[in-house]
Amino acid sequence: MTHEHFDAIVVGAGPSGNAAAYTMAQRGLKVLQIERGEYSGSKNVQGAILYSDALEKIIPDFREEAPLERHVIEQRIWMMDDTGHTGMHHRSDDYNEDKPNRYTIIRAQFDKWFNRCVREMGVTVLFETTVTSLITDENKRVIGVQTDRDGNGIFADVVVLAEGVNGLVGQRSGLRKELRPEDVALAVKEMHFLPQDVIDARFNLKGEEGVVIEAMGTITDGMVGTAFLYTNRESISVGVGCLVSEFAKSGEATPHGILDRFKSHPSIKALLEGSEIKEYAAHLIPEGGFRAVPELVGDGWIVVGDAGHFVNAVHREGSNLAMTTGRLAGEVVANILGSCMTCTRENLQTYVKLLEDSFVMKDMKKYKNVPRMLEQGGRHIMDLYPRLLNRSAQTWFRVDGKDKKSKESDILRSARQARGVTGLLGDAFKLARAWR
Amino acid sequence: MAMSDDRVENRLFQNRYVVDVGRPHIEVRPHEVPSRELVAMTRVCPAGCYSQNEQGQVEITADGCMECGTCRVVCSKSGDIEWNYPRGGYGVLFKFG
Repeated sequence: MTHEHFDAIVVGAGPSGNAAAYTMAQRGLKVLQIERGEYSGSKNVQGAILYSDALEKIIPDFREEAPLERHVIEQRIWMMDDTGHTGMHHRSDDYNEDKPNRYTIIRAQFDKWFNRCVREMGVTVLFETTVTSLITDENKRVIGVQTDRDGNGIFADVVVLAEGVNGLVGQRSGLRKELRPEDVALAVKEMHFLPQDVIDARFNLKGEEGVVIEAMGTITDGMVGTAFLYTNRESISVGVGCLVSEFAKSGEATPHGILDRFKSHPSIKALLEGSEIKEYAAHLIPEGGFRAVPELVGDGWIVVGDAGHFVNAVHREGSNLAMTTGRLAGEVVANILGSCMTCTRENLQTYVKLLEDSFVMKDMKKYKNVPRMLEQGGRHIMDLYPRLLNRSAQTWFRVDGKDKKSKESDILRSARQARGVTGLLGDAFKLARAWR
Repeated sequence: MAMSDDRVENRLFQNRYVVDVGRPHIEVRPHEVPSRELVAMTRVCPAGCYSQNEQGQVEITADGCMECGTCRVVCSKSGDIEWNYPRGGYGVLFKFG
């Protein structure tokens, strides 16, 4: 292994690394992938939802073999207060289509399958190996990697950094800055097992239909964060994530305490009743948005996936951005090496250009002001407004002998009292501007 | 959903780990009085790896670590901890992830 030279080394075997490795091998490159886990997926955590489009562009017939749980036919978005929730609920039989658009998945199983495809495409994969640093030449050009196994290093024309959010290799090589606590969310998640027919009955499902719930509100104790519940075939993924800066500031909140709060909420508790918990996981999610995206290319290196901060927190999208950035990076590298050019910073810039023309950067740019807005006014959005909304709903729906006009005045008055007219207008303006 | 769920230890009991005995991948820098960030980690660590001893110093037992990196991010400015990934093949192994 030591004396072998590769066209490309991919650090990491998550969705972005697998997409990059697959794409390059498919185009004839000699690729080495290095993964610190025992198998692809053993160190990875996600909600998890798979968006078909990004994977279809890499493996068009993935549905035939990929381990998929349920296709999503129903989306609930909940604003929770202490005793209930008010929400949007979208369900359509149209999602029972030949090629469904979204699936729930179990990441450890999915990643293992994706990586098997990568190996079948001809990529050499080294498991149980941690990359410790990059090797550079006298011109600071990256020419290989050092691992915790091999004293002499492994060399390649380009290194694709698909090392995830907590990407020590790139950071310690000075390619990108340390993560700010304001730019990452800590998510914790449990896997709750129940018989398939029980899940079907509780969520009104048949066959392989699935439901996803995204929730925000008083469950996070005023911290900026969201919770989720996704139905798998025989299990339910339940989790909650809050910005690390919020956890650090908070006087008493613990991640598992917040998760318990969500699980014991009257709107959630009955859905999980009697389940057996088989795993508890934690992971960071890059939520700083466009402004947190680091330098993406340099001489001999290119960054993809979570390491490049490619997550659209507003739409809860991440793995599709990871796979898309991995695929585009792979294509660019294959084109460069295929034309007998070298992977210089200048040549790799094509990757950045392609990203800007794709949904990836367009979406990241669209929401570039959202993280800052949440940093400043998050407490109102996570606590005050969910309370107001639920209180208003109660006023509206209770029939108690009060006339409707008085009820409308009550709703408006409680909003004015809670936040003031200026505050309400200011929040609306900030939200509109961040959303634009 | 029993009460015992509240304890982090019981949650971690479900997870699979390959512990690299005698080679902890995270170490706390020796200190007399812990920084605010270190004290916060006794609460923020999702695996409950951090605790305060009788003298008030913060200690870590990294065996249950899920390798999320939260403590590294929180303590990066104060330089309180030395953080590395476990050696290849060691540490947490997610079955579901």
